[in-house]
Amino acid sequence: MRYSGFRVIKEALTGHKGWKPVWRDPEPASHYDIVIVGGGGHGLATAHYLAKEFGQARVAVIEKGWIGGGNVGRNTTIIRSNYLLDGNEPFYEFSLKLWEGLEQDLNYNAMVSQRGILNLIHSDGQRDAFIRRGNAMILNGADADLMTTEAIKKKYPFLNTSDARFPIQGGLAQHRGGTVRHDAVAWGYARSADSHGVDIIQNCEVTGFRIENGVCKGVETSRGFIGAGKVGCAVAGSSGRLLSLANMRLPIESHVLQAFVTEGLKPVLPGVITFGAGHFYCSQSDKGGLVFGGNLDGYNSYAQRGNLPVVEDVCEGAMAILPMLGRARILRMWGGVMDMSMDGSPIIDRTHIDGLYFNGGWCYGGFKATPASGFAFAHLLARDTLHPTATAYRLDRFRKGYLIDEKGVGNQPNLH
Amino acid sequence: MIIDHPLLGPRDSSEFTYLGDASLIDRPDPAGEDASSDFYDYAYLRDNPAGWHKELWFHEAGDRSWLVVTRNTVTHEISKVELASDVARAQGRSK
Ligand SMILES: Cc1cc2nc3c(=O)[nH]c(=O)nc-3n(C[C@H](O)[C@H](O)[C@H](O)COP(=O)(O)OP(=O)(O)OC[C@H]3O[C@@H](n4cnc5c(N)ncnc54)[C@H](O)[C@@H]3O)c2cc1C
Repeated sequence: MRYSGFRVIKEALTGHKGWKPVWRDPEPASHYDIVIVGGGGHGLATAHYLAKEFGQARVAVIEKGWIGGGNVGRNTTIIRSNYLLDGNEPFYEFSLKLWEGLEQDLNYNAMVSQRGILNLIHSDGQRDAFIRRGNAMILNGADADLMTTEAIKKKYPFLNTSDARFPIQGGLAQHRGGTVRHDAVAWGYARSADSHGVDIIQNCEVTGFRIENGVCKGVETSRGFIGAGKVGCAVAGSSGRLLSLANMRLPIESHVLQAFVTEGLKPVLPGVITFGAGHFYCSQSDKGGLVFGGNLDGYNSYAQRGNLPVVEDVCEGAMAILPMLGRARILRMWGGVMDMSMDGSPIIDRTHIDGLYFNGGWCYGGFKATPASGFAFAHLLARDTLHPTATAYRLDRFRKGYLIDEKGVGNQPNLH
Repeated sequence: MIIDHPLLGPRDSSEFTYLGDASLIDRPDPAGEDASSDFYDYAYLRDNPAGWHKELWFHEAGDRSWLVVTRNTVTHEISKVELASDVARAQGRSK
């Protein structure tokens, strides 16, 4: 069923009796050409592009819970392409371009809102670093705008620009950045993949891989064996756990990241704002809640909840630049499990086992990557070659020394 | 989380900084035959278990000792806290 304004009016006039379930609930077949493990944003996007762009029809997405129950439904919905390094920036800019056409491509309202993102500057050194980053962005075809404190004051009069310790001295803006309704991304990709013939199999946990003579033949699941020509893993925070079933150790640690949302308010915050001196970022959802977060808790965790010291740290950051937030009540807080890689950058690659492919290491920034990650992973699965924007995301880069370390902090995942 | 420091008693986890898997104590032999592959393993690959995990915490805002904490990564429960120097010595290291 195509969605359109006409359809909405027609349904409104006929008592909304014509809406149908958005995707099927099929029984797993005994064999697929390609099986994707993980029905998060990345797995579903991979399935969509496999079917729509690469002509692969016999594809299944296998999800242990319900689609969208993982990080794709837990993140703070920010999209941007403001990276510095060559291995990253073309990929994230490709992703932002895909976001710009996503709703037409999917015929689904994902509420892509290019309301802009502003990274605040608090010192001379930081200004130099941000100018360098902005130039790298422009060189890669993205947009970047160095804003003065005066311009910032005009657009965001509520910011505390004269904090005694960390006064705001400008900012690097990307006006094409913004936010997207995260659940709708999972649903939109799922609906499109399903309509192109992909089987989305929920409540089905992958419990093992059938590997014979170094070749992956399929997956063992809680609903029986499912054969596959190729298996692509895209399980984000569960990557270490899943790939240990194939006796692999990954350059990844799982960490918990928390997020918070206040009661609904009238529109007060026009874009996404990030604090440059601590770690705090905030935007306002279309429902009115101020959505914000900060650092990882900092220790290995598979619990989808964090601890109080980080809550305090995030709220201190908030009060330093956005004191009005102190007047709002926090409605909800939650955590998600992050697949933190050893250099802070992702992996989209084959493994040493034939037919077994890996997509992971997205850290706290994989939501914005969803379209490009799906496209590049589909490219790899369908053609067995790397997508031109994702050639640096090799699994063996740690062995070979080709790290993509945006922050320059080395092999310590909790610092990325 | 509360970390029951073997010398100082229960302390808030915010006094500590976290390094990672306690296997980082077992630095490979730089003169060994497979040193380059051993160091790759040591520096980059992790078991990353869901469940009990032995890990290194540094009492930065306290007595600046390194601890080996045995903690469940699913529940955040802590079952054992030892001085890292004791653990290293028990493994045959000189300090
Ligand atoms: C609090 C928070 C804030 C964030 N903010 C942002 C942000 O503002 N911008 C941004 O770009 N990124 C952000 N992120 C990161 C982003 O959400 C993730 O990097 C991204 O969603 C991960 O990819 P995914 O959507 O495929 O993961 P998920 O949605 O987690 O999908 C993985 C799926 O795999 C399934 N699975 C796991 N094991 C198995 C198994 N054995 N068998 C079958 N299925 C399995 C899981 O159930 C899950 O549904 C944030 C994350 C969190 C937690």
